[in-house]
Amino acid sequence: MFEGSSAKPVTFRGGGFAPVSRRWVGVFAFVLIILVAEWGTRAGWISALTLPRPSDVLATFVELYQSGLLFKHLGPSLSRLVVGAAIGAGIGISVGILIGLFSYIRSGLVPVVAAIFPIPKIALLPLFVIWFGIGEGSKYALIAFGTFTPTVVATYGAVDNVDRTLIRMGQSFGLSWWSIVRKIVLPGAMPGILSGLRISLAIAIILLVAAEMLGAEFGIGAYILEAGSLYDLERLFVGVVILSILGVIVSAIIGLIERRVLRWRI
Amino acid sequence: MDLTLDNIGHSYGGVEVMRGISLDIPAGQIVCIVGPSGCGKSTLLRFIGGLEQPAIGQVLQIGSPPEGSLNPLTYIFQDFALLPWRTVAGNVSLVLEDHGLPKVEATRIIDDVLARTNLTDFAKALPKQLSGGMKQRVAIARALAVNPAVMLMDEPLSALDSQTRELLMDDLVDLWTRRPFTAVYVTHNLNEAVRLGHKVVVLSRRPGTIREVVEIDTPLAERALGDPELETKQKHLWTLMRDEARAADAELLNV
Repeated sequence: MFEGSSAKPVTFRGGGFAPVSRRWVGVFAFVLIILVAEWGTRAGWISALTLPRPSDVLATFVELYQSGLLFKHLGPSLSRLVVGAAIGAGIGISVGILIGLFSYIRSGLVPVVAAIFPIPKIALLPLFVIWFGIGEGSKYALIAFGTFTPTVVATYGAVDNVDRTLIRMGQSFGLSWWSIVRKIVLPGAMPGILSGLRISLAIAIILLVAAEMLGAEFGIGAYILEAGSLYDLERLFVGVVILSILGVIVSAIIGLIERRVLRWRI
Repeated sequence: MDLTLDNIGHSYGGVEVMRGISLDIPAGQIVCIVGPSGCGKSTLLRFIGGLEQPAIGQVLQIGSPPEGSLNPLTYIFQDFALLPWRTVAGNVSLVLEDHGLPKVEATRIIDDVLARTNLTDFAKALPKQLSGGMKQRVAIARALAVNPAVMLMDEPLSALDSQTRELLMDDLVDLWTRRPFTAVYVTHNLNEAVRLGHKVVVLSRRPGTIREVVEIDTPLAERALGDPELETKQKHLWTLMRDEARAADAELLNV
């Protein structure tokens, strides 16, 4: 069979298109970016006005921590985030399920949701202040409203994708409506709802800063805005980094929940 | 409990899919329904179990279901329809939970049906860990758990490979022999029909009507692979169906 030069191995054409997550590469990317920034600011090819030196940002952070102000800012911010996002996501999931199940609610609410989705919620802050007062109410409302729309869209999409044969099966065994919703629709929609929550909670963090633009003495957003108006880049970056870390933590928590709740998936 | 189909007819959007179907399903027998694709056999099964309503005619229930039957008309689906987030035992438990059974009683039923389908060792497994044959066994266990008066089986073995199909047919024969059940068994596989059916109903192509009802008297337990009498019956069924199937095949192209 292997006579002369006519035999050659078949060229490999498969492979690729299947990214897997490699541990530590993400950390390495962060470290690289920070090192380049540090080197640039020290060597002078990045001016202090362009970007603060990472080591200075760290020093400012340590200062903030030691003064005890860190938790004074973080506390109110976290409670606003948790309360606002919980209200928004809670109502969003409920409304999303109703849209997914009832024709009239779907026909009535889908256009409404489509209409309020593109509204920049920040633009409505003055309105919320009038409705809910300058205190915590308007901040909760803004965050809740911002998380509501993406959650609704993700949820009813997820409910639409629940395997209809499973629902028919439930009916054929005489399960009650409520049992079908609780034991078949809800768990079936869970993957979609959770990936929707990833997006809505990131939006909640973005809106947190917006919510603290008006009448907030403490809070990460207030801290960032104050630093920004004083052009204090080190403090501005401390605030931004805290928000980033918050985002990473939220995403990790959802990842944890997914691994727990969605263990049945492949 | 017997079932009677009384002159059932139906159409979808102006296309008549079945006409004048009358049939008796006596208790303790397996009635197989065969026919070319698109003749409405699965639709007929959905009528029998009340998942859809026929435009003409009705399905009648004669006598009352046996004592302790939680769900008299129970389906077994082609694609198993197991909840992927529940274990084998959990999937069986699902259909018992709405009936307010005491916990001990529910556990007893689950253990009993899992034992009858040889699934006891798999009680804690998730559906994704099971082969197709095992999944369908779980679905059969789930159906047995509600103690049905009539089992409505919609091509239950069509998604399985031929070896698994043989094994599951043996299982079904065993189950029936130990405790005869009533079933309507829809299939396009004539071999399954002659192995499991006491009666084989041949439907014509659209609009589906009953062409012939073939009775097979050999007891289920004695029907072996390659039995000459079954071969003859199967050949007879095939001659009945061949022209219909060919016509149905050509018809689909013109739709």
